[in-house]
Amino acid sequence: MRLRIAKKETAGGWRAVVIRVTSVLVALIFSGLIMAAMGFDPIAAYLAIAKGSFGSARGLINTVTVAIPLLIVALGLSISFSMRFWNIGGEGQMVMGAIFATYVSHQLPESTPAVVYWVGMALAAMLGGGFYALIPGLFRAYSGTNETLFTLMLNYVAIKVAVFLRLVLWKNPAAKGFPQIKAIPEAAHLPKLFGIHIGWIIALVVTVFVAVYLKYTKRGYETRVVGESERTAHYAGINVRRVLVGGVALSGAIVGLAGFAKLSGVSHVLSESIGGGNGFSAVIVAWLAQLNAPVMILIALLFAAMEQGAMGMELALKIPVSVSDVIKGLILFSALASEFFISYHVVIEKGPRALLRQYRRLGQKSQQAAEAAEGEDQA
Amino acid sequence: MDISLMIALFVASAVRMAVPLLLGTLGESLTERSGNLNLGVEGLMMMGAATGFIAAYHTDNIALAILVGMLGSGFGALLYAILTITFRTKQDVTGLALTIFGTGFANTLGKSLANQNTPPAIRAFAQATPLHLQLEPVTSLPVLGPVLAFVDTAFLQHNWFVYLTFALAVIGWIYLFRTREGLHLRMVGENPAAADASGIRVIAAKYIHVVIGGILCGLGGVYISVVNVGTYLENIVAGRGWIVVALVIFIRWDPLKAIAGSLLFGALEIVGFRIQHIEGLSSIPVFSQYAIDMYPYLMTIIVLVITYARKKAYQGPAALGVPYFREDR
Repeated sequence: MRLRIAKKETAGGWRAVVIRVTSVLVALIFSGLIMAAMGFDPIAAYLAIAKGSFGSARGLINTVTVAIPLLIVALGLSISFSMRFWNIGGEGQMVMGAIFATYVSHQLPESTPAVVYWVGMALAAMLGGGFYALIPGLFRAYSGTNETLFTLMLNYVAIKVAVFLRLVLWKNPAAKGFPQIKAIPEAAHLPKLFGIHIGWIIALVVTVFVAVYLKYTKRGYETRVVGESERTAHYAGINVRRVLVGGVALSGAIVGLAGFAKLSGVSHVLSESIGGGNGFSAVIVAWLAQLNAPVMILIALLFAAMEQGAMGMELALKIPVSVSDVIKGLILFSALASEFFISYHVVIEKGPRALLRQYRRLGQKSQQAAEAAEGEDQA
Repeated sequence: MDISLMIALFVASAVRMAVPLLLGTLGESLTERSGNLNLGVEGLMMMGAATGFIAAYHTDNIALAILVGMLGSGFGALLYAILTITFRTKQDVTGLALTIFGTGFANTLGKSLANQNTPPAIRAFAQATPLHLQLEPVTSLPVLGPVLAFVDTAFLQHNWFVYLTFALAVIGWIYLFRTREGLHLRMVGENPAAADASGIRVIAAKYIHVVIGGILCGLGGVYISVVNVGTYLENIVAGRGWIVVALVIFIRWDPLKAIAGSLLFGALEIVGFRIQHIEGLSSIPVFSQYAIDMYPYLMTIIVLVITYARKKAYQGPAALGVPYFREDR
C-alpha cells in the first residue's frame, strides 16, 4: 500500500470552511500542548484569555481598541498583497505615519479647531506611510528589488528614527530629563463614541473603501490582474509599473492612517513602540482572511482578543504574554496546511506487489472461466 | 592607544560579530540551495538562543547547550520542512509564521531567565583563547614582531566556537562544490524534476538540507546568547535573522563569499560602538550613535538594491520558492 497525493477537481465551498475552522482548533490544541510542555496550564490560560478579552465591558472595549489599528493595517497590506507585493513593512509605515502626524500636531497653533487637527494629522499620516512604502515600491517596479526584505529593513530604520526623535531632536524639555516626545495637544485627541475612540469608524470606512476599491473600481481590477500575472496585465495594456507603484503607495497610506488612529486615539505620545507589532500580526490577519475585507474585521477582532486576553492572562497566571505569538504562529501554520487539504486529497493506492497479486488473481479467474467454458462446450 | 592595536581590536570584534551571521548565512544557503526559501531565520535563531541558553544555565556544559540549541532550532526547521515540502504551503508565508512562532516560543521559554548570566564553566569557555600566541620572545623583532602581534590580537584571541564556525563555512563550500552530494543538492535546487528523473531522492534531500540549514541558523542563536553576550535578553537576535536572508542573496549562495559578507556586516555592527570613542566624530550627525544604529539595516537595503541591479551574476537556485510536485511533471 502506498499514499499518493492528487489534485482535487473542485474545492467545495462548505468543505473548505469546515477544514479552515478545524485547522484553527488543531492550532489551539497544539498551542495547548506546547504550553503544557513548558509547564503552564493551557485550559486555565485559554479561560484567562477569554475572560480578559470578552469577559467584561472594559475588556471588550480594550479588545476593540486593540483591533482598530490591526484592522486598518491589514486592510492596507491587502492591497499590496493582491498585487503579490509582499509588504512586510506595516510596522515601519505605521510608525512613519505617526511621526508625520506628530509633526503636524506640533506645528499647528494651539487654538486650531479639533477637526483641522484630525484632518491635518490624518492626511500627514497617510503621506508619511505612503511615502515610506513608495521607496521599496519604486525599486521593485523599476529594478526588481526584493520587496520583502526591503520593507522589512525599513521597519528597523523607522523604529530607529523614532528613537532618535525621542532622545534627541524632539525631546521634550518640559519632561524634566525624561526622554519623551511632547504629547499631541488635547484638541487633537479622537473623541469617544460608545466608549471607544472613533478610530473604529475610520476602520469601518476603510473596510468598505478597500472592499469596493478592489472589487468594483477599474484601478482595483487592474491591481488584481497585476497580481494574477504581470505578463497578462502587460499584454492587456495595463501600465504595470504605474499600477504597482500607485497600489503600493495607497497601501502604505492606509497603513500610515493606522498610525494616526493609534496616536490620536490611544497613545497621544509618539514613541518607537507605537507600531506595537501590528505590522506582523496584520500580515496574518490579511492572509487568513484571504484578502477579503469584511472577513478581516472578524479575524482582527479575534487576534485583538488574543492580545488583550493574553495581557490579562499574564497578570493572573504569570504566563508570559508572548504565548499569544506562539498561538498566532501555530494558527498560521495550521491554516497554511489546511490549504493543502482543501486543494488535494490523499489517495491510498495499491503498491506494485499488491498490483501483481491482483493481476495474477485476475489471470487465474479468467483461466478458470475459460476452462469452465471449455467444459461446457464439451458437455 | 596606538593605531595598529586599535585596528586589530576592531577586526577582532568584527570577527566575533560575524559568527552568528556566518552560521545563519551558511544554513540559509544550504536551505535555499535545496529550493526552499526559509524566511524564518530570525525565529530559528531565537529558538536556538533560548533553548541553548536554558541548557547552558541549568547544566553549565557547553556541549549540552549546543546540543539543546540544535534540537530546539531543528524542531522549528522540521515544522517548516513538513509544511512546505509535504504540505506544499507557500514558503514565504510559512517562513513568516516560523518567525512569529519562534520569537514567541523563545520569549515565552526564556522569560524566567531574562537578564540572567551564563554559569562559570561556560563563561570560561567563551573567554578562553586557545590559539593565542606567546609573543614575548619576538615582540622586539623589527617587522615580524608587530605583524605577529596584529595577527594575534585580530585573529587568534577567540574561542573554539569562532574557529569552528569559520571551518564549517569552508567545509560547507567543499560539500556544495566538490562532492557528489553537493552536486545533487544543487541539482535539486535548480531543477528538481530532472534531479528526480536521474534518481536523486528530491524530497529526502530537501528535508535533510532544510533541517540542517535550520540547525546552523539555531547555532548562530546559541552563539549570540550563550557565548558572545553571556546574558539572556528578550529579542536578543534583534533582526540579524533578516539581515542573514539578505546576505544570502549578496553572497550568491556561496559559503566562501559568506565569510567575507558576514565579516563586512559584523564590522558594520560594531563600527558605531567604536566611533563613539573617537573624539569629535560622534558630534557629526551622520556619525551619531542613533544614525549608526541604522547602518546595518540601511547597508542591507543598499546591498539588496545593488544585487538586484546586477542582472548578470548568479540569480540563485532556479526552483527557489517553488514546491516540487512529482505528479505535475
